[in-house]
This record gives sequence, structure tokens and C-alpha cells, in this order.
Amino acid sequence: MLAALILEDGTVLRGESFGAEGTSMGEIVFNTSMAGYQEILTDPSYANQVIVMTYPEIGNYGINETDSESEKPRCKGFIVKNWCKNESHYKSGKNISEYLKEHGIIGISGIDTRFLTKKIREKGTMNCLITTENVDENNITSKMAQLDLYTTDRDVVFKVSSNKIRRVNDFGDINLALIDYGCKTGIIDSLIRRGCRVTVFPANTEANTILDGKFDCIFLSNGPGNPADCEFEINTLHNLIGKLPIFGICLGYQLLSIVLGAKTYKLKYGHRGANHPVVNLLNKKVMMTSQNHGYAVDTESLTKIMDATYQNLNDGTLEGFKSNSLKIDAVQFHPEANPGPTDAAVIFDEWVEKMRKYKKIPLRKADEVANLS
Amino acid sequence: MGKDLSIKKVLVIGSGPIIIGQAAEFDYAGVQACRALREEKIEVILVNSNPATIMTDENIADKVYIEPLTLESLTCIIKKERPNGLIASLGGQTGLNLACELSDAGVLDEYGVKLLGTNIESIKKAEDRELFKNLMNEIGEPIPDSEIVSSYDDAKKFADRIGFPIIIRPAFTLGGSGGGIANNETEYEEIVYSGLQQSPINQVLVEKSIAGFKEIEYEVMRDSNDTCIIICNMENIDPIGIHTGDSFVVAPSQTLTNNEYQMLRASAIKIIRALKIEGGCNVQYALDTTSNQYYVIEVNPRVSRSSALASKATGYPIAKVTTKIAIGYELSEIKNAITGKTVAAFEPALDYTVVKIPKWPFDKFATGDRMLGTKMKATGEVMAIGRTFKSSFKKAVASLEDKHPGILHYKFENLPDEELLQNLYIQDDRRIFRVAEALKRNFDVKKVQEITKIDPWFINQIKDIVGLEFEMSIKPLNLELYKKAKDYGYLDCEISDISNVSIDELKEYDYPAAFRIVDTCAGEFHASTPYFYSTYGEACELEEYKMEHGEVNSKEPPQEKGGNQKKGNIVVLGSGPIRIGQGIEFDYCSVHASMAILQNGYESVMVNSNPETLSTDFDIASRLYFEPMNAENVMNIIRKEKPEGVMVQFGGQTAINLAPKLAREGVKILGTSLESIDMVEDRKVFEKLLSDLNIPQPKGRGVRSTAEALSTAKELGYPVLVRPSYVIGGRGMQVVYNDDELLTYINEALKFSNEHPVLIDQYIEGLEVELDAISDGKDVLIPGICEHIERAGVHSGDSMSIYPSRNITKRQEKKLVEYAKKIAQKVKIIGLMNIQFIIKDDVVYVIEVNPRASRTVPIMSKVTGLPMTEIAINAILGKSIRGQGYGIGLHKTTKLVCVKMPVFSFRKLNKIDPALAPEMKSTGEVLGVDYSYKKALLKAFIAGGYKFDQKKQRVLVSLNDHYKKPALKIVKQIYEQGFFIMATWGTHKFLEKNGIPSKMIEKFMVDKLQKRMKEGRLSFVLNTPTLGKNSQTSGFQIRTIAEIYGIPCFTSIDTARAYMTAVKTYDKKTRLNCDTITNYRKKKFLGIF
Repeated sequence: MLAALILEDGTVLRGESFGAEGTSMGEIVFNTSMAGYQEILTDPSYANQVIVMTYPEIGNYGINETDSESEKPRCKGFIVKNWCKNESHYKSGKNISEYLKEHGIIGISGIDTRFLTKKIREKGTMNCLITTENVDENNITSKMAQLDLYTTDRDVVFKVSSNKIRRVNDFGDINLALIDYGCKTGIIDSLIRRGCRVTVFPANTEANTILDGKFDCIFLSNGPGNPADCEFEINTLHNLIGKLPIFGICLGYQLLSIVLGAKTYKLKYGHRGANHPVVNLLNKKVMMTSQNHGYAVDTESLTKIMDATYQNLNDGTLEGFKSNSLKIDAVQFHPEANPGPTDAAVIFDEWVEKMRKYKKIPLRKADEVANLS
Repeated sequence: MGKDLSIKKVLVIGSGPIIIGQAAEFDYAGVQACRALREEKIEVILVNSNPATIMTDENIADKVYIEPLTLESLTCIIKKERPNGLIASLGGQTGLNLACELSDAGVLDEYGVKLLGTNIESIKKAEDRELFKNLMNEIGEPIPDSEIVSSYDDAKKFADRIGFPIIIRPAFTLGGSGGGIANNETEYEEIVYSGLQQSPINQVLVEKSIAGFKEIEYEVMRDSNDTCIIICNMENIDPIGIHTGDSFVVAPSQTLTNNEYQMLRASAIKIIRALKIEGGCNVQYALDTTSNQYYVIEVNPRVSRSSALASKATGYPIAKVTTKIAIGYELSEIKNAITGKTVAAFEPALDYTVVKIPKWPFDKFATGDRMLGTKMKATGEVMAIGRTFKSSFKKAVASLEDKHPGILHYKFENLPDEELLQNLYIQDDRRIFRVAEALKRNFDVKKVQEITKIDPWFINQIKDIVGLEFEMSIKPLNLELYKKAKDYGYLDCEISDISNVSIDELKEYDYPAAFRIVDTCAGEFHASTPYFYSTYGEACELEEYKMEHGEVNSKEPPQEKGGNQKKGNIVVLGSGPIRIGQGIEFDYCSVHASMAILQNGYESVMVNSNPETLSTDFDIASRLYFEPMNAENVMNIIRKEKPEGVMVQFGGQTAINLAPKLAREGVKILGTSLESIDMVEDRKVFEKLLSDLNIPQPKGRGVRSTAEALSTAKELGYPVLVRPSYVIGGRGMQVVYNDDELLTYINEALKFSNEHPVLIDQYIEGLEVELDAISDGKDVLIPGICEHIERAGVHSGDSMSIYPSRNITKRQEKKLVEYAKKIAQKVKIIGLMNIQFIIKDDVVYVIEVNPRASRTVPIMSKVTGLPMTEIAINAILGKSIRGQGYGIGLHKTTKLVCVKMPVFSFRKLNKIDPALAPEMKSTGEVLGVDYSYKKALLKAFIAGGYKFDQKKQRVLVSLNDHYKKPALKIVKQIYEQGFFIMATWGTHKFLEKNGIPSKMIEKFMVDKLQKRMKEGRLSFVLNTPTLGKNSQTSGFQIRTIAEIYGIPCFTSIDTARAYMTAVKTYDKKTRLNCDTITNYRKKKFLGIF
């Protein structure tokens, strides 16, 4: 069956359908990872987005039981050059088309993904419509009109966040509250492996609910969308900073930056891939990181209680900051990897070490904190 | 950190002659290193014994030493040059070993030379089996369990501990004989016992077998700041058990999940950190197909063949970055040359796949053992880039330049099913073709996988490819099917054959090739690398590239007044994979051709399929196309590039063979025209040409029957040179001395083909002489004349040769020059040519003319200082030779004398007769340069790996009847030099009669002789072979065993004579010089010249 991709700028690319049938719209983004399509598909941060894989052979090892980052894919579509019908791996349970179909995700193959990637690179991320319906001269204008009307769902975080408080594990010396903005399981696993007792809170949790839980620290997860849209979450965080040590990744990092007075902005086409070099500004060590974000924190806007900790070597964008006085530490990239290099896993080591240290030192008074910011 | 400012002068060690396992990739790495150093204004001293390399060009390094790669000569160079630094990790195993020797001998310390990059201790930790094992245990990285045992009891204990299957490897046996894989206790007991018995020291190594595991490689890089990156990972399509150099390889890995990919990546980084490597490093893994279990197989603490492949596959210049790291830079301080903005500290992302296929020499060596295992046998490799695995795989197969470009092999077409199934177990070079045939016949994928252990993913891909062939054969071709076939990588000629549709009709489908850029970043950043590959049905990036760069290359602006006038571009065809007979020398010529084209103000466009070489470095030409060297792929490029013309004379026979096909499409062949090429390539026309010019040539004729052969031989008189006119089954040329030998040959040859005649030529056993010439159609410039040491009958690539010639009279010399000029003018040679002559009884015969660059061009360019390729390109582009200022006719000689010595790789190839013959067998060469013949000769032998400091022991002499008399003098010399002669019966009788004492041995007692060789009690062997290329003859066995133990074995009395001269020179404690090639050349003769 044929399928078509229509971009905001009027570009129409045709390919073949795999996965589910139908029509869907979203923001088109590309990912340059060469492996890890299952982790990418199941990363809730891709909610509302149509993913283009730049690597041409996708689905080679099928879909397995163990490598998903959440229970189901949240993206709006999946675009590849070539998908693999006869997958091969001892763990594989189904091929990628079966999986996408199961979850109602439309896939298109046979697309000139490099051409598409360069288009996104030059024009910036755009909205797009993908459909398995016939697209021809007669209906293209109506499809374009449909696309023009499309707006992103600003409540996307609530939709991908869990809907109830959930204690993940019972053992561990650090009692940690994790706010789920669309959390990858890799983050939770990384914390548990290092001795955290993790309780997951939905994104719409009030600060007091968390503070009542007598946690040692708070962890903010990754998640989709524009951080500036997350008014509720930001408000919650205003009521949490200074009271407990907070650590954050990706969206969690962006939200923290806003709470501390910095600004976020939209990148032209984001960072999505497994090969982003990041330098630790404190010790000048360089590591390869896994990234998936469309927004960045403006380095210029950092306030005096914030210290830049990491920077992207490709484009110089900020990748991490900390605030010693507030016991806050956050990074833009994904130390949990999945997919991508595990170099940054040391950040979890450092953070959990800090969590243990903080347990022993009482926090500053709240008013003192207010003065600082 | 930045550059270490104390480093001002660096010594770079090359890898020596090309042998199997150590080829052109080190020339590519070495040149990158030299350029990277000079970019930093560091003075570069280069040493390599291999004269065919580009790194030994005087414009690559500041000082070039073409000297033997030995401790002595390196010490001498260090003493003289006093470099502050040494880079050894780019010269292969040879470079690494030499660095260790220099360090162990205290030379580095004494002269204050700092080893740059990875230090000696790290190298040793990676190279030494035991140290490596300890380190892996220390850091918790799994390696296959193994133990050395001396009894079955101990072996049993090991088996109880780790379980079957187990590999048994007896210590010190020939070619691993007596070993094997045991799947159960019964087999184990049997093999261990036999192994213990066969091992002279009663020891076997038992090792957990991981055959059948996936083989995965990682190219890792580390800097002094401990930043580690993976350039690329690669998956071997062949599972563990076949050497990676002999495996089909794909990059990046195709069947690994992210978790598996990262697990091995993390391990590789852990290892490179533990070893403290600074620069590039290769780690090989075995990964289980049904669990997360993996083992570290090997670590190469240096730039390797795989890193050349990874560089070409990703566009990331590993050798260059390794060099920058070695002089102190950190990865984050080095710019990514491709994007111009980002830094070298990143991991390349590919948006295509890359397939590498080895090129084996079995077409040359019909008797060779094709089985693949742990010993590498391939001489070269091809690589192809495609958007999908299918297209890159299919393109890579086409790049092999076999007669048929497809994956279905005529050889297996008619094999019965049952036999084909059984044959799937055979692990040889043609395995993948058998798999394809099996899949064509619908054999079960699972069954094929069980037998071959190839991952089903690859099997299914191949099944799809052959499935499409079937579809095309039964359905009428339409646009959709045609598009699919092109997407899969099928060539028009294949589609035409399969679908029975003419190629012209196919053109109507209008589905043109598009070209894509290799950019290291999958399109994420703007990049405009001049590095392209083809794809179908996708947007072409070439126009965009050209627009950004303007038509004329900005790197080398034209020198003429008036500046930027547009001159268009010229295509240079490279020489494809390295194989015996077509080696690195043609890459040298292609690279120089490209540079010279740029100097002439044109753009150069390089086409080649070989990932090892410098020509496929995107810095060399205005644009590089990594494509198969066949007419269709090249035409696709030409249609887009619209060049002024194509240079075919620099890429060996590969390029020459393409000329007629391209000309038919209306492409302009630059330089010597196609008609002219035909004049010398067509035997009949050539014969007439020579007789018209009154130039003597050996008489000859084609025969089609035994009777005809016998009468022809009688007429010409023995010995005669016989060869098939159409090579099939690898049978090559041979010299036969009588009816019996002739019959053996003819019967065999006619069995292969009676359609094509066997050619019989008069064999003139004279002095073989060779020259290269550059012609502009009017004048010729002959840089020099080389004379072969071995008499005619040995392939020119396999003979030792001397420049300047020693045994040619002035009159003969004049004749040679005159003939060369006559031929060049008559044939209208524009550019390079090579002529081979035989001189006997003062008659000069022409035996061969090659209208192209030859093997000797790089050597002659260096020893004469004449940039031959540049002069040729200038001539082709319209500058007369007279006008170029290098003179005409025969160029003057200097005091320099050089001896070229061939180097062979028999030790890697089982069952190949090392005897010199008219067909070429050597893989590489070294050059001895000095001020006298004797010194140069000794140097050549030393550079070739011969040892002279050993005790004089027994020499085994066994001569055939033809050579008994001619050998007498030399055998006498051997005796007088203090060797003890052992001779076979006939030879002994003959020597006895002529007063030379020798010990008679009944016949070849192979076992006894082998023991002597093993214990070092045999100095060398002189054996002129009897005919009958029979692997059963004891002479053959002795020659092969000698190869294995590294005992010199001379099969031509001329080589033996030269060797004795070298021995004498050595014994006299002659002081050899040690100087740059430039200085050797400078000292001119005073007087008459």
C-alpha cells in the first residue's frame, strides 16, 4: 500500500505504508542513531512527533520484550528508507511493522530520508501530515488545509505521564521521588541500580504531596513538548526548590532552568541522536551522549545561582547546569542512554553519591534561598 | 592541551613491502600522518623499504629514506637525523615491532627520541598473549578460556571445566596440522592424543571454541584527555572462524540491538582506557547469537586494515587524527574537516551501509588451498557504499571485477542439490556464491543458517536479491521491476541478460543514478565533502555540491595568467582491489595523475573501489567516487560530470579494460588512443607492427591440438614458452624443455578449453631488460633502463632488477632506445608506456609493450627524480616533452644504484609452489639503494628479510637436467663460501664429476629435512624445479616447507648467484650507506655523461 508525507512547506514525498493505516499529523524530526529504533519509538518524549530515521535499514532485529523505554510508542509516525520484514534476533518477538500496527502508528518506508533530513535541517522542524490515503491533485489542498489547522497539544506532558503515584521498588538507601513527565524506564533503572528507592509521581502532582512523602530528593524526568507550556509543572517546582535536592534530565532540566530564572528557546531542528559530544566544563572531559530535545536553555540567560556544567561541542549549546546552594543538578542529554552511548552513566554515579551526601547535611532555610535567587 | 611544542622533527616508519595482511592501507595511513605533521610545521623523516608507495615520494615527507626496515638502519637514521619523536603506530605490525626493538635496544633513550602516541608498555600489553590475558582478567573483560596442556588428563580437566566444543591447536606443527574442533569427548580424546603426538614438544593449546559466534569489530580512538570515541563498528557476515581480513564485512553492524552495540562499545572503551592507547585502536569481539555472552578476541593497538576501511566507510580520517593526537592534540581540539565547524570528538553517523569483500589470489593460483580459516589469504579488498545493504552488497560483488558481476556463480549452476547442500559446509572464498545458489533453489533459510552459521538476516537479504533475479526471469520487465532491480544494485547488463531486454531499451526507463555525499553526520550538519557514492531513485547532491564550490577546484587554483578560466574536469580511473600483478604501484600512478591534473588547472575526478588506498582518500582529487570499476558505474559518473576526457593509462589493466566500453559510449580517452592500445594489445596486429618496424621478436603461434603443438615446438626449437590465449582455471604461462613436458601442459590446457588456442612461443633464454618511457607522440623520454637478474622466463614482477643496467653494451642500449622511440611513434603513444626486451647473442627482441603505466613507474620516478606521471599527464594535456625541460631520449644516470627485490606471501597461502615462473606470484617489493651494485644488492636482500649474520650451515642443492651445467659455477661458489652441500642423487653425481664435494641424499626425505629446517641447520635451498606442476612432487614439498620455516629457497640459479654475491659482500664487512633518496641521486658521475 502507498503512503504519503506532506510537509508544512508543501513538499510531498511518497513511499510505502507499513505499520498502521490512516492519517496523522505531528512535528517532523529526525534521529541519527544507527541502532536503537525500539528505544526511540517507545521514548515518550517523541509524543506528537513524526520520527525520521536517518539510518536506512530499520527493524533488522525486530521488537523484543526488554528494550522498550515505556509501555507503548507515543509518536505520531515513523519514516524510514527501508524496514525489515525478515528480522533476525533471538530476542525478537515480532517485526517492526506488526508492532507499529498494534499501536496504531503509521509508518512510511521508501522515503528519501536523507533528502528529508536535509530539508528539516535547512528549514527547521515543521509540521507534517502522513497518510495512507491516496494523495493527488484533487485532495492535496484539503490535506494542506488540514495540516495548517494542526496545533500542538500543549498538555502533552500530562498525556504521557503516569496517572497515579507508584512505588517502583522497596529497597534502597535513598528515598527518591521521581516526577514523570514521560519518563524513560532507563532513568528509573539507572536509579534503582544505584540504590534508590523510587516512587513515581504523575506530572500533575502538587508540591505538598511530594513534600509530605519525606523523600531524600526529587528527580525530574525527560518528557515531550515545549517547556514553557508546562505552567503547572513549573509552579510545582517553584514550591519544591530549596526544600529538597533536585536532579533533572531533559525536560526536567529545562523546567528547572525556567524555575531558576533562565530562558529556553526552540532549536532549529533539535538534537536527536546517539553521537553528541558534550564537554564537562568543570574537568574538561568529553563524552558521547544520547540526545533528544528540540528546546535548549539559553546560556546567556543563566542566573547567578546557576553554574553551567556541560556544553555541546557541536553547536556550543548548554547541556547542563547546577546550583550548589539549592542542591540542584541537571543535564539536557540522556545519561541513561537507551539508545546510545553509556558514557554519561557516570552522572548517575555522581548524583547518587551527592544524594547520599545531602542526606547527611540539612538544607538551607527557605527564605535564605529566596534571597539568593 | 594542544600541540606539544617540543616536537620539531618526527620519524615516521612505514610498513615495508606489501604482503598479505599488510598492504596499501599503511601507505594511506602513512601519507595521512606525514601530511598531518607537515600541517603543523613539523619536519618529517620517513623510512620505508617499499618504493611503490606514495609515502616515499619526496613531496610527502621532508626527507625520505628508502632503506631496509631493520634495527641497524633505523638506528643509523636516528643517529643522523636526531628526530625528537617517532610515530610507529601507523606502520602496521612492522612499524610497531621496530619501535619495540628500538626501545629495547635503548636507541630511543640514547638519542632522546620520544615515542609519540601509544607507549611501548601499552603496545606490549596488547600484543603479548599472556600480558593481554592478565589485563583482561584484571578489568573483567571476558576472553575465550584456554590452556596449554601436555597430557590428555590435563586436557580432560579443562574440558570438564568449560564444556564442548573445544579447539585443539598443537604447538609448533605445520600449518596447524593435528588440530581441530571437538564437539564431544570421543572426538576430543582422539584429537588431543594425535595433537600431542604430532607436536614436537608434546604440547597442545586447548581453547573454548566460539566458532559460529558473530564477529564484531570496533574502531576506537582515545586522546590524552581520556576522551574515547568509536569511529565505526563493523559486523562480519562470516562468523568467527574466518579471519576478518577474509570475511565479508558490513558497516555499521546490522543485527545488533542497541544494547548489544553499547555493551561492546563500552567494553572497547574500557579496554582502550586500560591499555592507555593514544590514537586509533581496533578491538575484535565474538558475540553469541543467543545470549549476551561475548569475548574479546583481539586488540590491535595501532592503525590497521580495519581502520582504513572504517575511515573510508565513515569519512573520518583515523590515521590523520591519530597523528594529531600523537603530537599532543585532544579530540575536542581537532576540527572535523568535513563539516568544518564541528570537532573530531564525535562518533560518525552513517545514512548508508558499507560492504567490504576481500579479493583473493586464487584466480592466479589454481592449485592454492581456497579454504579460509584463521590465516588471512586475501591480497586486497573492495568496498561499496549503498543506501541499503542489498545495494552495497551487490555493488561490492560487482567491484570484484570477476567476469560475471552477479552473485550467482556459473560454477555452481549445475551442481546437484544434494552436492550443493554438502558444499555449503565448505568455508572457502566462494561460499557466499554457493549460498546464493542454494537460496535461488529455495533451500530453507534456516538450513542454510545452520550449516553456514551466517546470520539469517544476511541470508534473507541475499535471498531477496536472488529472488528478484528469478522474478525478472519469469515476468516481463516493467518500470516498477526495473526500479526495484536498480535499487537492489543490479547492473543494466545483468538485467538485460536476465530479462532478455536489450540495454538500449533499458535506457528508456529513465531512472538515472544519483550521487550522494559521505558526510560523517547523516545529513545533520551542512557538509560538502567531495566524496560520493551512487544510489537510485533519490535526490542527487552533485549539482548542489558543484554550485557551492564553483566548477574549478579551489584547492589548487590554476597557475596560468588570467586566473580562473574554467578548464573542466578529467576523470582518472583507479585500479580497483590490490591483487597479484596489479598492486599499489597503480594507486601511486592514479594519485599522481590526479595531482598533475589539478596542477594543469583542471578538476580531477577519481573513481575507485579500493578502501585501502590513498586514491580513495577524498583529499586527493577534486571529487572522489567510491564506485565499482565497471562500464555502467563509470558511465553514470561520466554522464553527470561531463569530463573533458578519461585517463585510463594509470589504473592498470582494470582501467585499460574499461577503455573500449567507454569509447563506445562516446567518451574521449585521453592520451594514447583506443586504436593505439589495440595495436599493442592485439597479438596479431602487434606482431605485424614489430615486423613492419624491423624489430626482432620471438616467433610464436597458436595451436589447437597436440599434434599441432608438437610440430610447432619442433619448428621453433625447445625450450618454448606456452600459455593459454584465454586464461581459465588459473593456468598460466610455462617454459617447457621437451616433448614430454609440452604434452603434459597441452593435454591439461586443452582439457580446460579447446575453443581457444594455446600459444607457443620461442623461448629465448637471454637477459631480460625493461624500460618505461614517456611519449608525446613525437619525442620519448626514457628515465632509465632496468636489467633483470633472473634470465627471461621469470615474470618481470617476480624478478630482481637492477638500475642502472650493468650488462648492456652501448650499442644495445642505443637499440633499446631506438626501438622504444620507433614503437612510441608508430603506435602514437601519448603518455606512459612500458617495454620489455630480451637480449641474446647481441640481438634485442621486443617481447611486450604495455601502453600504460607499469609496476616500475614509482621506482623509476624516485631513483631518477623524474616525476614520470606528471610528465605524462602534461604530455597528454598538450605540453610537449621537449618543452617540459626534462630532456629527451635516455636520461642521464647518477651514482645511485638500486636493486628491486620481489617479496612473496607464500606463507599465508597453502599449497602454492614458490618456484619462479612466467606467471607472477609476488605481492610486493623492496628496493636496495646505494652507490654500488654489491651494496645495493645486499641491502635489497636485507630489506627483503634475508639474514646474513647466521652460521653457515647445510645447503640443499637439487637441479634439474637443464640447469645442472649452468649452475656449476654457482654451486662451486656456495661450497667455497663455507657452506656444506647436500645434493640429491643426480645433482650429487654431477657435482662429483665436476669436483665439488657434496653429501648425497637418497631422495628428499621430507621429514628429516623439515627437522633440519626447524632447527636452523639448513641455510638455504637451491632447487630448480622439474616440470609438472604437481603438488605431489617432493621438490614442491621441500619448497613449500622451506617457505614455512623461512628458509631461503632459490628456484632460479640467477637469484642464487646474486645471493652469493650478497653473502660475499656481507662477509667482507662492507659498510653500507644510509641516506635519503635525494642525496643518493645528487651525486653525479663526473666525466663523460
